[in-house]
Amino acid sequence: MGAALPVVKALREFLPARAVLHQEEDTRPYECDGLTAYRQLPMVVALPETEEQVQRILKTCSALKVPVVPRGAGTGLSGGALPPGDGVLLSMAKFMRVLRLDPLARLAVVQPGVRNAVVSELAAPLGLYYAPDPSSQIACTIGGNVAENSGGVHCLKYGLTLHNVLGMRGFTIEGEPFALGGAAPDAPGYDLLALGIGSEGMLFVVTEVTLKLLPKPQCARVIMASFDDVEKAGAAVADVIAAGIVPAGLEMMDRPATRAVEQFVRAGYDLEAAAILLCESDGTPEEVDDEIGRMKDVLERAGATRMTVSRDEAERLRFWSGRKAAFPAVGRISPDYYCMDGTIPRKRLGEVLRFIAAMERKYNLRCPNVFHAGDGNLHPLILFDANNADELHRTEQFAAEVLEKCVEVGGTITGEHGVGVEKINQMCVQFGTPELELFLAVKRAFDPRGLLNPGKAVPSLARCAEYGRMRVHGGKLPHPELPRF
Amino acid sequence: MQERVRAAASRRAALRLRGGGTKDFYGNALRGEVLDTRSYAGIVAYEPTELVVTARCGTPLSDLETILDENHQCLPFEPPHFGEAATVGGCVAAGLSGPRRVAAGALRDFVLGVKLVDGRGQALAFGGQVMKNVAGYDVSRLVAGSLGTLGLIAEVSLKLAPRPQAESSVRLELPQARALEAMNRWAGQPLAISASAWHDGELSVRLSGSAAAVHAAAARIGGTALDGAFWRELREQTHAFFSGPEPLWRLSLPSTAPAVELDGKQLLEWGGALRWLRTSAAAAEVRDTARRLNGHATLFRAPDKAAGCFAPLDPVLARVHQALKAAFDPDGIFNPGRMYPEL
Repeated sequence: MGAALPVVKALREFLPARAVLHQEEDTRPYECDGLTAYRQLPMVVALPETEEQVQRILKTCSALKVPVVPRGAGTGLSGGALPPGDGVLLSMAKFMRVLRLDPLARLAVVQPGVRNAVVSELAAPLGLYYAPDPSSQIACTIGGNVAENSGGVHCLKYGLTLHNVLGMRGFTIEGEPFALGGAAPDAPGYDLLALGIGSEGMLFVVTEVTLKLLPKPQCARVIMASFDDVEKAGAAVADVIAAGIVPAGLEMMDRPATRAVEQFVRAGYDLEAAAILLCESDGTPEEVDDEIGRMKDVLERAGATRMTVSRDEAERLRFWSGRKAAFPAVGRISPDYYCMDGTIPRKRLGEVLRFIAAMERKYNLRCPNVFHAGDGNLHPLILFDANNADELHRTEQFAAEVLEKCVEVGGTITGEHGVGVEKINQMCVQFGTPELELFLAVKRAFDPRGLLNPGKAVPSLARCAEYGRMRVHGGKLPHPELPRF
Repeated sequence: MQERVRAAASRRAALRLRGGGTKDFYGNALRGEVLDTRSYAGIVAYEPTELVVTARCGTPLSDLETILDENHQCLPFEPPHFGEAATVGGCVAAGLSGPRRVAAGALRDFVLGVKLVDGRGQALAFGGQVMKNVAGYDVSRLVAGSLGTLGLIAEVSLKLAPRPQAESSVRLELPQARALEAMNRWAGQPLAISASAWHDGELSVRLSGSAAAVHAAAARIGGTALDGAFWRELREQTHAFFSGPEPLWRLSLPSTAPAVELDGKQLLEWGGALRWLRTSAAAAEVRDTARRLNGHATLFRAPDKAAGCFAPLDPVLARVHQALKAAFDPDGIFNPGRMYPEL
């Protein structure tokens, strides 16, 4: 409590006692986000309800030189909302109002604590929806989606958060208000809206977001196609694109993943297939009929051994339910799992899947694969037991090798989950010193004293030097007991 | 190019980054010694199945579009060329999108990665050739539309789309207020509209997509057939509206904003979100009007740019802009003043 006292006292001058938490039993629920391997009790948790309170919290923390970490629903998978042990965790959970739905302008103005799925639910009676649909959409918030530039299973056709946010309002760490973008396109000056989306809460705090709503497609149908070989399924993905089709969704799951899922939700997957593809078309009934026909031709020529087309909306949702439940399903067959998020050029899929299979043998760990095939975004899930220090260590090594492979084939260490604390060492592999220096300078342009979400997303050069040294010593990291991934 | 930049930085001498010079008219006064990017040309990688192309800055935009066309693909944001000499680098630096923006998205939405020469002459790489990438800040999209003030875009990777299977255009007679209402209403329905424009009592609409979708939308919208060449005249500003002595303003407004009440001629695009205005009204009046309608105004083409081409930034954002400029270009050598006097 010692160090917390002046902060608590300063915040309670304008916040009610229930909005400033510092006792361990109150702060414990905030000790981690979706990346549970990292835990840290926050010194203080602040729960503002108004923009003015956010501004005063930021001004207070700036004046006291206390770090601030913003948090939405805490579903992030990279530790981006890992609390500061010496600072304030700024929970935006009470910012849950939808401020405006404008059917004619096709936009929603929402507070950052609004859950992703709520936007589409409220827009549905207007014939509209919000396109990005991360698998965690029933829990994750728009503010978190903005911080991570979240995707989903439909982003090949409809884009990421970046493509569906029109504007936002917020504050710098000093508590200065600003607005970016809005309903009018092409705001003057640099595209700070694009820079802010996916910046992992490092640049500013968002208090209001304007979202683009799209007309709900009249109908959608999905093909479930089976393949007897994972690489054939990968080649089929390229064939679909080559045929000039941009599917509404194009997902792949390998057999270990479909078997895990089928025990959990009966999605009706073909468990004999080495891999299945889910290939969706949406639009008018005529368009969908036409596109489904063309997709089936392509998939058949690519060697699909079985194809089932959803007959109605219930069946379509059932096919997707398995994909959306993949992570929790895997959570039931293993004490712990570690989800990777690398993205690769689609043409290198076969090579990367062979590499992952080799890593399974090398580290003696199982790794089912789910994959946003259309975007080249892989989510291999390494199964392990966190209580077994050696398994944890092997998992960490396994993940690091896969991410570095993604970089080697021209991809990236993270497609949509963010760097956070989790992949910060791999940033040293993906980027050289000049790029990292520029990232640090971009951060300073918004937050000169480094008080907002410190230590995340961009490694210091000293950290990379240390990581480089660790890698030179090859294979064995010191202190394997430390949860370092 | 890196050597040129280093030499200029050591002398703190301004460099004017330039491809084909087709957009020399855009932005504030040009300053500095020309660094012509056209010798650094060529397509570095293009695999149609990846829906990505990587090209060097000096590549002629028309060459790139020809190759994409041969593969039944396109740049979905339909960039204006404003002349045969337009280059890929200039296109990305200017950040301008064409008629399809209303349906497909803006240029920056399709930028996946850049190789950049910064103000120290260092070659930096951001983003890449994959659709989803959240490693590090999105510098690639920050430099899109920065008018060369942050660095020399040496190479860029762009996301592509298949060319629409079918396309047709129609025209209806409608007064402006009703055209605005119709464009906004249609945009909220699943209709295959890929461009819209209103001028002089006529609303033009382009439909793109599968044959079935285009057919269905045409039946719903009605009107008489229009030659698709109209959209090229609009994109390239060779349409008669764009010739004449009055300054050309580009107003970005919410698409639902009412008709702009200023003297002069108007042409609307992007479902009402882009309003071209030829007017001799004072700059302050145009800017105030745009601001009252929750938008902003750019002085797009004019002999006298004393009023500044771009809407002024609020002080907090202006400070961030200056800090970013200093991070990328500490000696302030790239296109100084082209966007704002202090950048």
